[in-house]
Amino acid sequence: MTTLADPHKESFRLSMLLNDTRYRSLTFQFIALVAIIATMAFIGGNLVRNLAEAGLNISYDFLGAQAGYDINQRPISYDSQDTHGRAAMVGLLNTLIVAFLGCITATIIGVVAGVLRLSPNWLVRKIMAFYVEIFRNVPVLIWILIIFSIMINAAPAPNAFRGDEPTASMWLFDSIAVTNRGVYLPKPIWGSGSLLVVGVFIASIIGIFLFRRYARKQLFDHGRLIPTFWPSLALLFIPVILAQLVLGTPISLEYPALKGFNFRGGITILGSLIALWFALSIYTGAFIAENVRAGILAVSKGQTEAAAALGLRPGRIMNLVVLPQALRVIIPPLISQYLNITKNSSLAIAVGYMDLTGTLGGITLLQTGRAIESVLLLMLFYLIISLSISFIMNIYNNTMKLQER
Amino acid sequence: MKKSVFLGALTVAGIIAGGASAATLDEVKARGKLNCGVTTGVPGFAEPDASGVWQGFDVAVCRAVAAAVLGDGNAVEFVPTTGKTRFTALASGEIDLLARNTTWTFSRDVDLKFEFIGVNYYDGQGFMVPKELGVASAKDLDGATVCIQTGTTTELNLADFFRANSISYEPVPIETGAEAVQQYIAGACDVYTTDASALAAQRANFEDPSAHVLLPEIISKEPLGPLVRHGDNEWADISRWTLNALIAAEELGVTSVNLEELSAGTENPEINRLLGTEGELGSMLGLDAGWAKAALGVAGNYGEIFEQNIGAATPIGLARGLNAQWTDGGLIYSPPFR
Repeated sequence: MTTLADPHKESFRLSMLLNDTRYRSLTFQFIALVAIIATMAFIGGNLVRNLAEAGLNISYDFLGAQAGYDINQRPISYDSQDTHGRAAMVGLLNTLIVAFLGCITATIIGVVAGVLRLSPNWLVRKIMAFYVEIFRNVPVLIWILIIFSIMINAAPAPNAFRGDEPTASMWLFDSIAVTNRGVYLPKPIWGSGSLLVVGVFIASIIGIFLFRRYARKQLFDHGRLIPTFWPSLALLFIPVILAQLVLGTPISLEYPALKGFNFRGGITILGSLIALWFALSIYTGAFIAENVRAGILAVSKGQTEAAAALGLRPGRIMNLVVLPQALRVIIPPLISQYLNITKNSSLAIAVGYMDLTGTLGGITLLQTGRAIESVLLLMLFYLIISLSISFIMNIYNNTMKLQER
Repeated sequence: MKKSVFLGALTVAGIIAGGASAATLDEVKARGKLNCGVTTGVPGFAEPDASGVWQGFDVAVCRAVAAAVLGDGNAVEFVPTTGKTRFTALASGEIDLLARNTTWTFSRDVDLKFEFIGVNYYDGQGFMVPKELGVASAKDLDGATVCIQTGTTTELNLADFFRANSISYEPVPIETGAEAVQQYIAGACDVYTTDASALAAQRANFEDPSAHVLLPEIISKEPLGPLVRHGDNEWADISRWTLNALIAAEELGVTSVNLEELSAGTENPEINRLLGTEGELGSMLGLDAGWAKAALGVAGNYGEIFEQNIGAATPIGLARGLNAQWTDGGLIYSPPFR
């Protein structure tokens, strides 16, 4: 190479922008960029001009004004005297709650269904195929509405629990009430000394980790297989129950009870949250099942056969050999399914769940009439949530990637 | 996100279109049809009948305006709108007139840039509960679950009412009246609240209307009226005076029965001015002299429209109450035709 003289450096001429392939694509990219900017500027200018003509202005002052409406699920304290800004925050948290819960359950449903779709059992395989096709091919809004309307019609109204001979009864020693308005669970009451019980609980979790590490070390160093499941379970429960008894039950439970029109006390999980959560999980679960199936099929059959030749049982082959390798294929499409759950959660208003779209993009928008401001803010919020999910999942993806050395 | 982008696009498109339209009257005439926004279906107020023809109290206002402008009460394109979409539809110019049980409030008039052309029904927010609950007053509703139609003034009134009486409630926001009724019937909420007229209308459609009671409390003022966009005063005048013509006709005793007879000329100069045999009222509006006669020709005067759609003889069974003529102790009152 060094023996060759450098080619003569051609001086730049203007015509080269079109005729020279090295510059031509740059030229067209530049023209396209200018066109895009001009179009955006035209649309923006038009909007501003028309707003001014109609005597409207873009202002976010309304976020500080009193909201005046109530919200049924409040993760942070809120009443109708608070501002529209706080109402939007409540909505944002509600969106995050349902998105978070949805992602977890959709993943569980999806992985189970995806693995079972490849089961050698004909019936299981066909049932899972049926599930995937049914749920994947009907719009999620329809599922939300179907599940919600089944729930409000099938579950008993609180009224059914009333009277001497109620037609409905609570579950689990009168501690859980399932109604068509939601599920009422007992709430822990933290009395004095409960910190100690929590401390014991955390200590036993650490204990379980240490025990498992010890068990693995024994296995690797001395080839002794120590059972871990039952000791772990015992470690988890026995110390806490002992502490609870010794300290005189510092953590007590507040049970929901029928008072007036509704159950009061305890923790309420709204029916709308359950319907939305369930519908989103089961719908997205069907997509994730397909991703999982694709991931498993992508792992070469030789891996399974080799593992089987080593004498591993089918469950262990799946957990120890196939799934870890399949994860590399599964995670990237999984990210977009998580984003779908978050975005689809904006259908919440169909069942009256007050998410971000219901508060900021719904009542606030209508009461203040600030449509453009609200929608822009709404887009910003969803964008931030989605980008954060992608960011976190990409970090996870990078740790799972094949490490090349 | 999909939905919000769509809404955003709709708003932007709406505002672009909104700026462009100025002379609504010319547009309606050129189109040969009036685009009128109504509800998605409230019995008695606006609902398509068995043959798909829109009928109702609000529909009658649309038809009257169409008749006054185009001479034909059927030259109306009815656009069903929800509580959420109605204002965007009007602001964007998709509809020329919104007659959809809309409460006249300060912020809608001033901040949202609309022009209420009058009140065709004086309403108030009420509560409906199943009779078996044994509730006699709205103040007994402490802790109740309440179904509300979202995006309306009702949810603000509700919050105010419960706060003022320091009692608590669980709101269940719902998009349309039909869904709210579904949940109420299933017992997913104890109470359904909206304008008392709509409660009566929806109760009429229940399997057993007598199993549900309306509580005596009316917790708000809800003057319902048709509205148009700000900025086109001629069009607002036409709509306003068409409504006034319906009201004045009842006061003056002009009915669908004697309309032809009276429009030949009478001793009463106000009737003559109204029906166009005297004076220039029609041309002042930019319409024919017979505009009010055409409007009255569709379904008669205000009282007739009321009785026909929501009056005591209909399944809705609303009494005139506040909506009687001022001469009968009500609030319905038209400025003079002079």
